[in-house]
Amino acid sequence: MDVILLQILNGLDKGSAYALIALGLTLIFGTLGVVNFAHGALFMIGAFCSVTVQRILSLSFETIDPTKVDFLGNPATVKTPYVMEWFGESTGASIIDWSVPLAILFSIPIMITVGFIMERGLIKHFYKRPHADQILVTFGLAIVLQEVIKAFYGANPIPTPAPAAFTGSFDFGLLLGFAENTIIYPYWRMVYFAFSLVVIGGVFSFLQFTTFGMVVRAGMADRETVGLLGIDIDKRFTFMFGLAAAVAGVAGVMYAPINSPNYHMGMDFLVLSFVVVVVGGMGSLPGAVLAGFMLGILESFASMNMIKNIIPGIDQIIIYLVAILILLTRPRGLMGRKGVMEE
Amino acid sequence: MLGLNQRDTKFLIIVIALTVFTPILLQPFPTDSGLAQFNAGYPDLMQRFAIFGIFAIGFNILFGLTGYLSFGHAAFLGVGSYSTVWMFKLLNYNVLPGLVLAIIVSGLFALLIGFVSLRRSGIYFSILTLAFAQMSFNLAYSVLTPITNGETGLQVYNDDPQILMGENGITTTHFFGFKMNSSWIMDLGPWQFTFNFGYYFCAVIAILAFYLSLRIFRSPFGLMLRAVKSNQQRMNYTGVSSRPYTLAAFVISGMYAGLAGGLLASMDPLAGAERMQWTASGEVVLMTILGGAGTMMGPVLGAGFIKYFENIFSKINDQVLHGWFAFLPDGLENALVWLLHPFVGKGWHLTLGLLFMLVVVFLPGGLVELGQRIRNMFRKKPDANDDSNHKPQQSPHVAE
Repeated sequence: MDVILLQILNGLDKGSAYALIALGLTLIFGTLGVVNFAHGALFMIGAFCSVTVQRILSLSFETIDPTKVDFLGNPATVKTPYVMEWFGESTGASIIDWSVPLAILFSIPIMITVGFIMERGLIKHFYKRPHADQILVTFGLAIVLQEVIKAFYGANPIPTPAPAAFTGSFDFGLLLGFAENTIIYPYWRMVYFAFSLVVIGGVFSFLQFTTFGMVVRAGMADRETVGLLGIDIDKRFTFMFGLAAAVAGVAGVMYAPINSPNYHMGMDFLVLSFVVVVVGGMGSLPGAVLAGFMLGILESFASMNMIKNIIPGIDQIIIYLVAILILLTRPRGLMGRKGVMEE
Repeated sequence: MLGLNQRDTKFLIIVIALTVFTPILLQPFPTDSGLAQFNAGYPDLMQRFAIFGIFAIGFNILFGLTGYLSFGHAAFLGVGSYSTVWMFKLLNYNVLPGLVLAIIVSGLFALLIGFVSLRRSGIYFSILTLAFAQMSFNLAYSVLTPITNGETGLQVYNDDPQILMGENGITTTHFFGFKMNSSWIMDLGPWQFTFNFGYYFCAVIAILAFYLSLRIFRSPFGLMLRAVKSNQQRMNYTGVSSRPYTLAAFVISGMYAGLAGGLLASMDPLAGAERMQWTASGEVVLMTILGGAGTMMGPVLGAGFIKYFENIFSKINDQVLHGWFAFLPDGLENALVWLLHPFVGKGWHLTLGLLFMLVVVFLPGGLVELGQRIRNMFRKKPDANDDSNHKPQQSPHVAE
């Protein structure tokens, strides 16, 4: 029992990342009808937003401290970050410590801008082109974005620690009456899961309870009629692209402490997220979220030693295997709508 | 000739001539000149041109004709490599059994994967092939280590059986005694040309592959495949099932990929799982699109272009750049080097990505379309008899 619970928990954080990326992909596909292979790159840019914020906050000036000497006997230089100078030592230190959550505020406008430029500058011209072309051009864009990030930040992963308050682990076992140290779960992954629920809930309620969201949903169902009613649906869809980019971006920001950002993390997630979208059903938002969590949990179950002993190698292929099975038995995916992407 | 009409025969002869003289054509600069680094006439690179040309020709039979975009073709490349290396390990270094086995095994693989994947079309097909390829890649890395030797990659060891090897067998890959790495170097003044047996071996196979694909393009079977691309529904209405045709195309292109993989292993008896990764599948898509999908020459051009970039462009570093712009004033020189630095050397992927985007946006027909446009620009003579409405229309390109 405790083993099963532990695996479910382990699956949740990866599942959250899949769900968030797949949500954005589905939003873009459902609104604009574009297959965006550059979405993983947006996730990566988000992760590098948190690296950037951390670097900006840690910008420091050097002073010579006459009381200390370094190993050569010269007066030691001490680096003081500017934020410590401005806000006092303790406040400054905690600002630096909390740089990852702060990066969310920084990343949202950046991601929306990036998304806006992408949509207006490139993807707008690809609405009428076949899906193969959309895949190819966004694939090219993903390569470009990835290489640009590599040129600026180098090829090595950059560790980006979570705030000190969240570094430990939480012992779930004690809470649920199991023995000590059976179900241990890092705090930050809990935070990530909660955060992803908030974002997913936010996106859904935005679509469900606002007038803007209602218009967008109407546009997803029948774009032409909404246009005939005198609503400039293109503008709203562009905004939705920005929103989807922001969702992928904040997912990346918060993922940085779990997995140190490197330039190809986007590509790694992209393939899996596409599988998630297809399993969930093209164009279905709840399907994307459901499939994201489901595949995340399945993946973590498959990596249990017990199961690996029965079927060797299952942990490597489980997601793809499930995807193939689902596509062959339920061609529209778990919750796919009729008439979407059925050539 | 050979069942081709006059135009195609001429085309084939030009292609053969180009392949035969490749070692000379790709070596236009004297070896001691500053431009020698742009020479591509060394065996390793020329072999790659031919091999990836075969890979792209095969991919084009599937994507160019039927419009099915497979994102998992690298799996067949990897399977072909593994089979060939296994033949080296079991029999001897003769490449023939290896290549035959590579074609057979990858064909069987393609039959299996295609049978399942072709039940769906469009993006679902792409995802299914991608899933299969990633599965093969992951398995080759982990559980199948006894067959694939995992991360180290499969290679030939001294204690392998090699039952046909004999006492003094040849210890490098060969074709009935002709070693793949044997070269004949011709010095002609400051120029140096390398004629490598391995390259010519690949080239002959590539020409055969090209001829076969030319015949497929012009055959009733090829016409059926085009029908799948232009309107599958209408095809079904006329009572024709498209599945056997698409499956045949998939298997043929899988066998081409397997052959290319086998040749890769024949040139260098080594096979690694990274050949099956999805980025490798993406590469062949890039080659085909860059050159021009659905055309005969396009994929070969694209393959050559990308491999040339990969080898030559990535070698240009800051020093070389400084050398080029040395005649400029210092400030301007440094500025130019700084400007170009991200695009060359390690950053050549960035150039490739940009170029690829530009091609997809502005030239959906790839390099071939560029060539046609330039040619049309030069002979703009309004033809009185050119009544295009009353002639058979060319079928629109995949990317339109």
